[in-house]
Amino acid sequence: MSKFDFPPSIKSRPVWGSLEARQGKAHLMIADAEGAEAILDIATPELMANSHIIHIPKGKDYAGRLSALNPAQLYEGPSYEASLPRIRRVLTDGHMGLQVYLAGTEGLMGQAIQEMMSAGIPHSAIQTEHRGSTARRMQCVHCKGITEDVETDPYQCSHCGLHLFVRDHYSRRLAAYQGVRVDAEDHGNIPEPKGIYE
Amino acid sequence: MTIQFNTESFRDDYTFRNSDWAIQRFPFPFHEDSYMYSVNMEQHRGGPKGSVYEKRFDVDEHYVSEMKDRALVLDQDPLRCQSLPHMTLAGWDLLELIMVSKSEDYPDLFELHRDGNRWRWVNKPLGIDDTFTFLDETTLPYGPMEYITRQAQGDFAVLDQRDDMLWMDAGMVTTQADWSLDFDIGMNFFEWHAPVPKAHEMGIFVRALKFLLNIQQGAPARRLNWTMTVNPLLDTSPENYHKWGIQKTELTSENIGQKQHLRVELQTFFRLPRSNALAFPIRCYLCAFEDLMTVPKWGRRLHRVIRDLPEELATYKGFIDNRPLMLDYLSRFDDGLPTSPGIWPDRETEPPLQR
Repeated sequence: MSKFDFPPSIKSRPVWGSLEARQGKAHLMIADAEGAEAILDIATPELMANSHIIHIPKGKDYAGRLSALNPAQLYEGPSYEASLPRIRRVLTDGHMGLQVYLAGTEGLMGQAIQEMMSAGIPHSAIQTEHRGSTARRMQCVHCKGITEDVETDPYQCSHCGLHLFVRDHYSRRLAAYQGVRVDAEDHGNIPEPKGIYE
Repeated sequence: MTIQFNTESFRDDYTFRNSDWAIQRFPFPFHEDSYMYSVNMEQHRGGPKGSVYEKRFDVDEHYVSEMKDRALVLDQDPLRCQSLPHMTLAGWDLLELIMVSKSEDYPDLFELHRDGNRWRWVNKPLGIDDTFTFLDETTLPYGPMEYITRQAQGDFAVLDQRDDMLWMDAGMVTTQADWSLDFDIGMNFFEWHAPVPKAHEMGIFVRALKFLLNIQQGAPARRLNWTMTVNPLLDTSPENYHKWGIQKTELTSENIGQKQHLRVELQTFFRLPRSNALAFPIRCYLCAFEDLMTVPKWGRRLHRVIRDLPEELATYKGFIDNRPLMLDYLSRFDDGLPTSPGIWPDRETEPPLQR
């Protein structure tokens, strides 16, 4: 199952939508893993004729199916970081009216939104659809280190090693949720990690 | 009146103390014997002589030591002061507002001499005498917001106004009640308040935003907010919570009177003239429980407020675990007598503790 209903949350938490084909002369589609399915769901020959798809497989094989759509351009990147220069190049060449579609994990969509915003595209003009893993991109509020693909609460900061409580408070600018030391008031008392939505 | 500035610390050995003068003028935040969220705004146009409401920017005995503490925080973490690129003009607006207000309200402490854009600023308590060109950043040692807020007590958020919304786009935040400017910068009014329980459902933020969007030049507003802090620690930041959180567990029935502090924020709101931004100073006042208890009315009332506060709020404000200890202590100062309305101490008219 690649779709997940996120429980209601606080107002800083992003709300993801569903992709739909929009009118436009150019379409930039960025997806990771199962996010490819959201693209497959809206693809038409007309849309694909002007679409540039960037997909980060993360071990999931969608290469054949995406290629079969005949998009104007298709790139499979080994990681988001590796795709970033290409994304920036597309944004540099892009014109007014470029349509942006993001699909996949929250970490991928959050970072891509951050990039679009710095290129001057309002976040509200970007289409999104969550697919696949519900893991989060977390920032440790203490050391500021980012830990990608966090699936449990609490989790251990991959930089300073503190055990952190996973908050729903989210910064669009950092493309990350906030992690706060879970045992700050009782050192060493670290609850057994559970899935974030368990 | 000339203020005697204390030499004191807000960390490590915690030598912070309030004089009798500071206790008498402490902004006790409860106007009745119970508390719930409200949009408790009023005009910020002075107040009783000697009160924290009297001047536009209150200066008190803690001024010099608070500014030293701010400098320490900024040395360790420069990200406590940030301004997004479009907020520089608002920074100049804020600098002007503070310099003009302080030099008019405290002429014995601050002087501002203006000759066109050539300004000379004299800050006697901090030993500063700088001449610079207004609106020329290269003539100041820091950006305008950082320069002036290194010389003004309390935190400062500078809010951009666009799309009928306020945006947290600049700030100097070193004396905060557990929120991170570095994390929240760029958020809108509803987003940075997202973690506050209950108030969204009560419609508080929708009404507050509507009020704030309409604040006009020359008509500032104010409100009080409060929380609890163990030890007179100004920098209760999320960034350092992994270090200070444990201090909450050091409270005992013997030390609670000295260690437990009521933390009150005097929040004011000023429309800025050039940028149309909203300056949002958040001034923190701390008072130890044992000092508050010297005012009989406050003793009675604080006990009742803390006793009856909904669990959700006590949790959010971070003192749910210490509430039983607080109530043990505070109940000794509540003899059940009625209290007079309003926040003022009313020492002459309220009876002493009847036990």
